[in-house]
Amino acid sequence: MHRLIRFALLPLLAVLGVITLGSADTEARYNDLGHKMMCVCGCNEILLECNHVGCPDSNRMLGELRAAIASGDGNDAVLAAFQEKYGPTVLAAPLLTKFNILAWVVPPGLLLLGLAGTFALVRKWRLRTAPMPAVADDPASNELRERIRRETEL
Amino acid sequence: MPAFGSFALLVALALSGYNLLAGAVALRQLATGGRGWVSPEKLAETARRAGIASFFATACAAFALVWAAFTNDFSVAYILEHSNRALPWPYKFAALWSGQEGSLLLWAFLLSAYGFVLRVRHKVDVKLTAYASTILAGIQVFFLLLVNVAATPFSLVTGAVPPDGNGLNPLLQYPEMVIHPPMLYLGYVGFSVPFAFALGALMMRYPGEKWIHITRRWTMVTWLFLTVGIFLGMHWAYSVLGWGGYWGWDPVENASLMPWLTGTAFLHSVMMQEKRGMMKSWNVWLIFSTFMLAILGTLLTRSGLVSSVHAFAQSAIGTWFWVFLVIVLAVCLFTYILNRDHLKTEHKLESLVSRESSFLFNNLVLLAACFTVLWGTLFPVLSEYVQGNRVTVSAPFYNRVAVPIGVFLLFLTGIGPLLAWRSTSWRSIRKNFVVPGIAAVVVAIAVIPLGVHPWTIFTTDEQGGFYAWITFAMAAFVATAIFAEFWNGGKVIRQKSGQNLLASMVQLTRRNTRRYGGYIVHFGIVLIFIGIGGQAFNQSHEQTMNYKQSFMLGPYRLECLDYSQDSNANYDTEFALLNVYRGDRLVTKLSPELRVYPASGQPSTIVANHSTLAWDLYVIYAGKDPATGQPVIKAFLNPLVAWIWIGLIVTILGTGVALLPNLSAAVAAQRHRVTLPAEAVPAGRAGD
Repeated sequence: MHRLIRFALLPLLAVLGVITLGSADTEARYNDLGHKMMCVCGCNEILLECNHVGCPDSNRMLGELRAAIASGDGNDAVLAAFQEKYGPTVLAAPLLTKFNILAWVVPPGLLLLGLAGTFALVRKWRLRTAPMPAVADDPASNELRERIRRETEL
Repeated sequence: MPAFGSFALLVALALSGYNLLAGAVALRQLATGGRGWVSPEKLAETARRAGIASFFATACAAFALVWAAFTNDFSVAYILEHSNRALPWPYKFAALWSGQEGSLLLWAFLLSAYGFVLRVRHKVDVKLTAYASTILAGIQVFFLLLVNVAATPFSLVTGAVPPDGNGLNPLLQYPEMVIHPPMLYLGYVGFSVPFAFALGALMMRYPGEKWIHITRRWTMVTWLFLTVGIFLGMHWAYSVLGWGGYWGWDPVENASLMPWLTGTAFLHSVMMQEKRGMMKSWNVWLIFSTFMLAILGTLLTRSGLVSSVHAFAQSAIGTWFWVFLVIVLAVCLFTYILNRDHLKTEHKLESLVSRESSFLFNNLVLLAACFTVLWGTLFPVLSEYVQGNRVTVSAPFYNRVAVPIGVFLLFLTGIGPLLAWRSTSWRSIRKNFVVPGIAAVVVAIAVIPLGVHPWTIFTTDEQGGFYAWITFAMAAFVATAIFAEFWNGGKVIRQKSGQNLLASMVQLTRRNTRRYGGYIVHFGIVLIFIGIGGQAFNQSHEQTMNYKQSFMLGPYRLECLDYSQDSNANYDTEFALLNVYRGDRLVTKLSPELRVYPASGQPSTIVANHSTLAWDLYVIYAGKDPATGQPVIKAFLNPLVAWIWIGLIVTILGTGVALLPNLSAAVAAQRHRVTLPAEAVPAGRAGD
């Protein structure tokens, strides 16, 4: 059965690959990288979104970005070159390096820890809760149960 | 007038100080049975009256500052910095909160206004209100000390008084700016009230959960103010900043989001305390955290600790906030440690598949979202401390880390109402989940031909399409689950009363306003998520345009009809006039502007937006080509944005419904002239 699913998935993945082939063209890369960097004029805005009239930096930086892409540099090399020139604050998010990894792993790590802890806690509480005694099947109880059900059915 | 304002602030500080000290002494005497030269009851009453009087004194100070703005009194340094003669009158009013000193005065004023209402309504519970009033007085003393000593709004200019002021920041000269800050501040400040009640209840070991009932409306109204404040800020950013978005994950935006997230968690988890006597410690710490996060957010943006587009100028005011925050934390910790046995839970969770556990997970996810925002906001500071250099934590980080948490939260919003209290059987789960599950699958398939391609996450670095796809599917799941709740409940009432289904649903809502109002709020949140999901498909185009020149964006063709310039007393403006066509049909005319305010020399963008339910055509005048003098036009096509604002309206409506008292079944039947049978639905349940 599993093998069958795998065989069914292969052509699907191939189709997906064909559909999305060539999506990383120059304009898409420019748009992608331009959103991964900040304007350095002090406006605290993403490079491609800086719209200050007469901004002294964004147009020059965007020109440098176009030139870097045109020269055939890979995305990582472009980001590294900008970081080298403008400092680490030019990147809109920390890279996955050394201490900066913490920025990425701490929030999801804590969420997973919290979820696991909550599961464990509820399980512990559940095990401690004494089981309810079996309800006798007598007509009086059934009638009462039916009345409660009717009155609270909303 | 400046002298009157300064004097009023001093009087307010003295009255609040008296409220704090006399209140504390009276409560101590009441707790220990000790007596001074005046009875503790009388002392507490004088403290309460001093608290009421402090409101009038603070109101006089706020009035004095506004009056100074309206009369162009530029001898007041604050008015000189934030107003000018040509400023239209609504913005002169807004000068009250456009700078550090004025906004702190507004904070003190709103706090005293909340305190006024609380102290006037003290008969709800005299002793608990006395505790809350004294704690509020402590907070008031802090803010009044700030405006009396550290950030005085009535400082006078030295030397000759200039004939005109520097004017209001152009970005703030927008109608929403007249109501956005007060709304946001009403939200921030408002959380002081449930905080004061929670701390007071813990200090006096208040029996039962009545304090929650007393503060329920306070908390909901405060939450609503904060929600409206945040969304007005988003709408302002969208309409004024001109970058085509509404949320930039700026530290100031984050500062408003953090207390909103914990406040939302509190609104959910108090229901468990009310219904099942559970999570008492958790709730107390949630409201403590919410208040402290509101203070922390203020600290972050006013101390210069983190850089922000909105941040006020760096000042020594941060030290004051640090000290206050440490005092608040110490008082909360001390009170909790002393009285934690009072918060012992009465019940424990019996099943992982129950309404209680859905609330628990909802709280966990909301807190994880809050922590993510706090972590991202503070990480640059931490990085500087550890690595010696700052890093930027902006939109790409939050899009990767916070967005999945948000989608998970949306999922929990849907499943919560489908689960029963205590435990839910698998049969019931199967029955309740089938229809919403089918709706989710149908929508997940239906949106693919519309261009929502989740597989792009596997082939490119782009994640937006994938998260948008999940969001739309989850939105269908949650909306169907909510609709099923109204449908099923309405059907039962229809069977009993004979009314039509719609009228039955209205009656159902009126019988349990809190529950069904909550569902309406959830539906509003679903609409907001749909609107945010559209962001993944934004398009933009920028072009220098000559007369009759045009370009295409999505289905629209934008043609430059004219461009020119103009000026008035307040600003100079450059603008373009564009015809917008869809096919050959003229859809609308748009006129994006660029204003420059001579008083401050600052520019401001006036966005031209053609909004429909499907998308916004958002056009800005990005500047002038220096070589040709022709306008540079930047246009964005932003899908589904209108649903965010519609979602906000639905959320306001839902909160309004939840605030209404329940209508008893008997009254409802009487109104509809229908006699209910004896076994009819009981009067409004306590709410869930």
